[in-house]
Amino acid sequence: MGFLDTLLGRTKPVQPKLDDLFALPSAAITLQASTGFVPTGSGSVCFRSVEGKTFSDIESEVRDLLNMDAGKPGGGLPVEVTRDSYGYTWLVSSHLSDELDALVTDLHAVNSALADNGFGPQLLCTLVAFRDERERRLALVYLYKRGTFYPFAPLSGKERDNALEIQVKNALGDDLKIEQDLTRWFPVWGAPGM
Amino acid sequence: MARTRYAPDRGLTVRMTVTMFLLGLVFVAFVAAIIGILTAVHASGAAIVLFALIFGGGSAIASLFYSDKIALSAAGARVVTPKDAPELHAIVDRLCALADMDKPRVAIAPTAMPNAFATGRNSKNSVLCVTDGLLRSGLDTEELEGVLAHELSHVAHKDVQVMTVASLLAIVAGLLVRFAFYSELFGGGRRSSNNNQGGIPVVLIIMAVSVVVYAVSFLLIRVLSRYRELAADRSGALLTGQPSKLASALTKVSQGMSRIPNEDLRAAEPLNAFYFAPAMKLTRGGGGGGGGGRNGGGGPSLSQLFSTHPSLEKRLEQLAKIQRELGQPTAGGLSAGPGD
Repeated sequence: MGFLDTLLGRTKPVQPKLDDLFALPSAAITLQASTGFVPTGSGSVCFRSVEGKTFSDIESEVRDLLNMDAGKPGGGLPVEVTRDSYGYTWLVSSHLSDELDALVTDLHAVNSALADNGFGPQLLCTLVAFRDERERRLALVYLYKRGTFYPFAPLSGKERDNALEIQVKNALGDDLKIEQDLTRWFPVWGAPGM
Repeated sequence: MARTRYAPDRGLTVRMTVTMFLLGLVFVAFVAAIIGILTAVHASGAAIVLFALIFGGGSAIASLFYSDKIALSAAGARVVTPKDAPELHAIVDRLCALADMDKPRVAIAPTAMPNAFATGRNSKNSVLCVTDGLLRSGLDTEELEGVLAHELSHVAHKDVQVMTVASLLAIVAGLLVRFAFYSELFGGGRRSSNNNQGGIPVVLIIMAVSVVVYAVSFLLIRVLSRYRELAADRSGALLTGQPSKLASALTKVSQGMSRIPNEDLRAAEPLNAFYFAPAMKLTRGGGGGGGGGRNGGGGPSLSQLFSTHPSLEKRLEQLAKIQRELGQPTAGGLSAGPGD
């Protein structure tokens, strides 16, 4: 925020960075090679709904758009829409494990639909789920406003596997922009699509 | 440039600019008057002015630097970890990610009055504090989020810094009045020898100028404070996208406040400027002399003039306007300009 905006108490809503998301498919290959985690094929976009009909119209438009390809080869399952207890909306897109490209394209469609309609600042994060053969859960969370990723590895209860998160962070350092400020690695307990 | 739905409020910007300009004008006039008086009479009053500047500036800087610690200990609040208050932290985490800002420390004050404040000298050292009363006042998650978004906007707008700079003038002027008064009281015997051509002691002139400056800047600071509350409401509502949730939180909190006994309110009053809702409806009489004169025009009431927060009606009115703006269809398009 510029000096003048601060002085006048005007916050400019932060526009999301969308493009860094496309680094995900190649990073997934690195992740598999170094840690054994493979994509589950599902991912989700989390955004803050705006009250009013305009926003809910756009929301349902996006859902219809994603569902057009559902059931076709490479089209994945119909999207699931959930609202979490904090008032955020999650659109979950589910594909096959090897269709990460299609998944990212789906997620990007949500982003650009919101951004094109002027609701870009409402985007919070996107999440792509991974599993290893021991069924450990891992998500790469993309922060739209920062254009960075961080790993989130929930254990049972409200505990995080910090060692695994650090390991993933180090493994992906060259492929993804990893969020360096650890205070921004906020937990997304029970996030849909994990 | 991406299209933006979030047009700045021109009217608010203009009013705030004018207020700050007037404050600056008073400041310049004050300095000019003091320098003028001193050079005209070559008096020893310079020492008093210098003292006031050093004391006033020093205390302002100190209170800015320690604002988080002062406010926390005044409120008896303690900083809580994500383990202590997972819900609260989760809301703040998400808001900070939406707004792309550093996460402040989160604290809870053991006060029954439902309220919240944010303070700190910069975004790295800021702290966001809510009272027990707020957490128990029956706000739902999204209403609580609205309150927190309002407070985070105060942090983003650097309101503590802005208000400290704005009050500096009033602090110095207030000190000058006091110093001049004491020096007149105790140095009264030397008055005849120390006197200037005009016959009026320098300290008295300085005192008179300072009283006027204090009164005017006091009123201007209150005006500025009200505008900054409106600005924080606006940014908070835009951040969550839920102006009506903030509006209902405001209504609930204001209703809760009026039920609380007086002692509580008085204890909370020093923190008033940073609170979500004002803890007191009327301020005490300081600077009231200047205010009374200005109030003769039959404009807003005295309590409104001195209030640090805009009236509930004004705040709800603004939120209703934001709600209409957000609901506008895409094709109609709000200002798609560079957002300035």
